[in-house]
Amino acid sequence: MNMIQAINSALDVMMARDPDIVVMGEDVGFFGGVFKATEHLQARYGKTRVFDTPITELGIIGVSVGMCAYGLRPVPEIQFADYIYPALDQLVSEAARLRYRSAGEFTAPMTIRSPFGGGIFGGQTHSQSPEAMFTHVAGLKTVIPSNPYDAKGLLIAAIEDNDPVVFFEPKRIYNGPFDGHYDRPVTPWAKHPAAVVPEDYYRIPLGKAAVVREGEAVTILCYGTMVHVAVGVVAEMGVDAEIIDLRTLVPLDIAAIEASVRKTGRVVVVHEATKTSGFGAELAALIQERCFYTLEAPIERVTGWDTPYPHSLEWAYFPGPVRLTQALEKILEA
Amino acid sequence: MAEGVRRNLPPLTLHVPEPKFRPGDAVDYADFDRGAAGAVSRPAIDASPDVMRDHAYSLVRVLDDDGKAVGPWDPRLEPERLVAMLRHMALTRAYDDRLYRAQRQGKTSFYMKCTGEEATSIAAAYALDRDDMCFPSYRQQGILLARGWSLVDMMCQVYSNRGDRLKGRQMPIMYSAREAGFFSISGNLATQYPQAVGFAMASAAKGDTRIAAAWCGEGSTAEGDFHSACTFASVYRAPVILNVINNQWAISSFSGFAGAENTTFAARAIGYGMAGLRVDGNDALAVYAATEWAAERARANAGPTLIEFFTYRAEGHSTSDDPTKYRSAEENVKWPLGDPIARLKEHVIAIGAWDEERHAAMDKAVIDEVRTAQKEAEAMGILADGLLQHPFATMFEDVFEEMPWHLKEQSQQMHDERKKAGI
Repeated sequence: MNMIQAINSALDVMMARDPDIVVMGEDVGFFGGVFKATEHLQARYGKTRVFDTPITELGIIGVSVGMCAYGLRPVPEIQFADYIYPALDQLVSEAARLRYRSAGEFTAPMTIRSPFGGGIFGGQTHSQSPEAMFTHVAGLKTVIPSNPYDAKGLLIAAIEDNDPVVFFEPKRIYNGPFDGHYDRPVTPWAKHPAAVVPEDYYRIPLGKAAVVREGEAVTILCYGTMVHVAVGVVAEMGVDAEIIDLRTLVPLDIAAIEASVRKTGRVVVVHEATKTSGFGAELAALIQERCFYTLEAPIERVTGWDTPYPHSLEWAYFPGPVRLTQALEKILEA
Repeated sequence: MAEGVRRNLPPLTLHVPEPKFRPGDAVDYADFDRGAAGAVSRPAIDASPDVMRDHAYSLVRVLDDDGKAVGPWDPRLEPERLVAMLRHMALTRAYDDRLYRAQRQGKTSFYMKCTGEEATSIAAAYALDRDDMCFPSYRQQGILLARGWSLVDMMCQVYSNRGDRLKGRQMPIMYSAREAGFFSISGNLATQYPQAVGFAMASAAKGDTRIAAAWCGEGSTAEGDFHSACTFASVYRAPVILNVINNQWAISSFSGFAGAENTTFAARAIGYGMAGLRVDGNDALAVYAATEWAAERARANAGPTLIEFFTYRAEGHSTSDDPTKYRSAEENVKWPLGDPIARLKEHVIAIGAWDEERHAAMDKAVIDEVRTAQKEAEAMGILADGLLQHPFATMFEDVFEEMPWHLKEQSQQMHDERKKAGI
């Protein structure tokens, strides 16, 4: 399966198991979603469980909160993560805090799916990576898969979770892993071990990172598309790096991070989002709080620039192999 | 003149609305057309919105100036039910007065009264089923009282004391009572609107019979949430009642800043293809009848209704507000639709179901009831008792269903820091 099929399969499995799950969003019904992640679901589960919505992200999330108050478990789709901003108040002030403000009387067990990240010539309104903003909000969980197997297992865990989860899907790797070399052909998922996805139910718990590659020389912390960039660069450079795919940013697998940093003493954080106040800053701060005396070099951050995502220059914005290679060279020499 | 403008054209002007009366002004409501009680027709509950356009601009009224119930909207309630409604409206006012005073005595940080608007929640709650879900704003405490919710429980919330089920996390009056069908109140305005529509959609999708109702002020109809909710409600014909309490003032901004100079709030319904009713919000029978009509319409799958309750906020916005600074003191007393409690009282007296003696006894009884509850609530503490109300660890609870490591660490850090500081 590719990522889209894996996500579709997760929704299918869960809708079959739980009649309280509803899927809604712009174009998700008859058409099956602009990326086809919800294809066939309406035909299978009916129009009252899978339906198109008006173009109001605020409404989509607000209505989902009300559905939660009734007892449903909505899985709303925001067509592009860039369009979550109109819904931010319902997400931040309502869904995220409902359990707290009502002392558990009302909860918002919803999973907001949204494609995010660049690399498809989406310009500054179809490319952003706003994950750090959500990790800052008390009461929200943030999940980002990097391959089909994880995408299905994590989405199932997110849907079963009784807290609101923001589930960001890196759209650049929907159809195949992408190593950051935009001028090379992309290999399809079919040739990747993570493309072997069971048809049935399984879950990957939230809050557990994956060690993608074990190594001794340096720890690379990454998630989403950047996992594949890291894997490619490490293979090309031939460095003995440990690559950790965080998979969920909140809750964060701090134990896995600490264990790796204590082993390698060197850390490079990679993400596609802008640098300033990005999630890399949080990771760097946590590591220096907890592992400062095992560090042998300053933590490096490889990120997008602090600019909006430019349309024609997107490959100059994208933190690809060149930027990561230079950071690794620098930290290994330090 | 700004640089670069073409000089042969008149300068453009910006209209900034201004209320009719400011402090010190004499108030004259002569140009306010109430319409006659009983004059507005009552359409069938499944009437198409396009034959109801006039209902968005007229005013549904049942009680005439002599306290008689007239016209097609008379809900013909049993006298006992009318008296029960009257009693709950009086109880709401007594509750408000008592807690307003408690705030002035420093027992809590904040309070909001609904004086003059009691009918818009009490009569509405009477017309709904007990298990219909309400998504209130902060001036619908009457719903809880009408549903027989515990005064002590409500007061504990206002005091943020040990008895506060919300663990002292919410500002006073931001109640939550799932069992009473009363959704957790938000400080962010109109957010409850799409939520109510979502609840109604869920109920319909499940083939349930429960409906939802939401309340917001006229000022917050300017929020995007209001319009998103109307779109969803209309598109899916959600079984929901969307109430706009037009009490004329949003803190110090008069209704003109939400668009009242140009149209009515009920007329917002027309653009969405929804049924819209404009109703005298100080006429408990009109409020009841309109809510009952909208509820029956929702239950018949005939679609949502937007109701503007035309009323007046007789007191300040909150205990932090002084309305004498921005509006005429005469507005309240000269309000042409009167006081909802006085009007209902006049009606039950006119039909021979009530008298001044019983009314005075009832007023005393509700004050006693509130006083007794207050004693009981205050025995569990008041806000001024400070940090001792709730165990510190509760601060970290309910952020997530299960506490993640970072909150456990922070909770421990807080305990350690307090221990070291000897607190």
